[in-house]
Amino acid sequence: MENLNLFIRSIFVDNMVFAYFLGMCSFLAVSKNVKTAFGLGVAVTFMLIVTLPINYLLENYVLKQGALVWLGEEFADVDLSFLSLVMFIAVIASMTQLVEMAVEKYSPSLYASLGIFLPLIAVNCAILGGSLFMQQRGFANVWTATCAGAGWGLGWLLAITAIAAIRERVASYSNVPPALRGIGITFILCALMGIAFMSFLGIKL
Amino acid sequence: MADKITNKQIFFNPFSKDNPVIVQVLGICSCLAVTAKLEPAIVMGLSVIAVLAFANVIISLIRNTIPTNIRIIVQLVVVAGLVIVVNQLLLAYAYDVSKQLSVFIGLIITNCILMGRLEAFAMGNKPWPAFLDGIGNGIGYTIILIIVAFFRELLGSGTLLGFQVIPPSFYEAGYANNGLMILPPMALIVVACVIWVHRSINKDLQEK
Repeated sequence: MENLNLFIRSIFVDNMVFAYFLGMCSFLAVSKNVKTAFGLGVAVTFMLIVTLPINYLLENYVLKQGALVWLGEEFADVDLSFLSLVMFIAVIASMTQLVEMAVEKYSPSLYASLGIFLPLIAVNCAILGGSLFMQQRGFANVWTATCAGAGWGLGWLLAITAIAAIRERVASYSNVPPALRGIGITFILCALMGIAFMSFLGIKL
Repeated sequence: MADKITNKQIFFNPFSKDNPVIVQVLGICSCLAVTAKLEPAIVMGLSVIAVLAFANVIISLIRNTIPTNIRIIVQLVVVAGLVIVVNQLLLAYAYDVSKQLSVFIGLIITNCILMGRLEAFAMGNKPWPAFLDGIGNGIGYTIILIIVAFFRELLGSGTLLGFQVIPPSFYEAGYANNGLMILPPMALIVVACVIWVHRSINKDLQEK
C-alpha cells in the first residue's frame, strides 16, 4: 500500500518536470509533436524503471558507509559515497548503450522510431535525478525504489505528452508574437502547467 | 579555411548571439532550479564555467583516441570526475550554498550544455579553442542565471545577495513581496521574458 502511495505521489506530487524541473532540455527539444514525445517518454520511463533498482543495490551494497560489510568485518568503515556520481552515471550510460543494442537487434522497427532518442536519454537529467533523489531519501528496499522510478517515469511521460499536444495546437491555431514563437511560448506554457501541477502539492497520501 | 571563426568569436558569441540557454536551449533544468536567490545562482554559474572549461580541454586532448561508439560513456566519466572535485570543494568551503544547491551540483553532469559543447565542439577542435569555448559558454550560461536570479530575488524577497534593498518604508506604504516569484514556474516566465527581449532585438533569431 505504501508503495502504491509512493507511486502515485511520484507521478503527480513529485512530478519530475513540474515539481523539480528535471529533464527539461529534451522535454523542450522533443515536444514538437505528440508521437515522438510519447516515444521518448516511454524510453525514459523504461530507463528509470531499470536504472533505479540497479543504482539502489549499488548504493546499499557497495557505496554507502558500512555497505561493504558483507565482504568482511574490516570493511565496516569504508565510505565510498563520494564515488556515487560516477557509478550512477556509468550505470545509466552503459544501460542506455545496452538497451540501444538490444532494441536494434530484436526490434528494428522500434529502433527506427526511437533510434535518435536513445543516446539522448543518457544525459536526461530526470534519470540521474531519480537516482540522486533515491540516494537522498533512503528508500526502504529495492521494490520501493522501483515503484518510485516507475512513478517518476510515468509522470515525465504524462508531462511531455501533454505539452506536446498543447504545442501542436498552439503552433497551428494561435497568433503568437514573433519574438516568442517556438521556444519562448513553450516556456510560458510549461510555467502555466507547472502552476497547475502545484495544486497537487497539498495532497497527502 | 576562409570562414574559419576566430578565437575571439568562439569566446564572445555564446554571450548573446549563440547563448547556450536562450538560443541553443541547453541547460534549462539547473537554470530554473537554482535561481530563486542570487548567491546559489552565482556559485552554480562558477561551477559550470570551471567544469565546462576543463571538460572541454580534456575531451579535446583525448578526442582522437576515443572510440566513437563508447564516446558518451567516456565524456560522462570525465565530466563526472570533475563534478566530484567541484562538489567536494563546495562541501569543504561553502557548505551552506552546497546544501541549497542539493542535487543540482550532481546534475551538472547531465547538464546538456556540457554534453552539447563536448559533442559539438570539443570533439572536433584543438584544446585552446575548446578551452575558450568552454569559458565562453559557461559565462553565457552564468549571465542568464544572474539575470533570472536578480529579478526573482528582488521581486520575490526584496533582497539581493541576502541584503535588504527595498527600503522598509515601501512595505509600510503597502508594498508586498511577490511570493509567486519564489516558486519554480516563475523562473520559466522570467526566462521567456528574457527570450522575448533578446529576440526582439536580434530579429534574425526569430522562428517563423
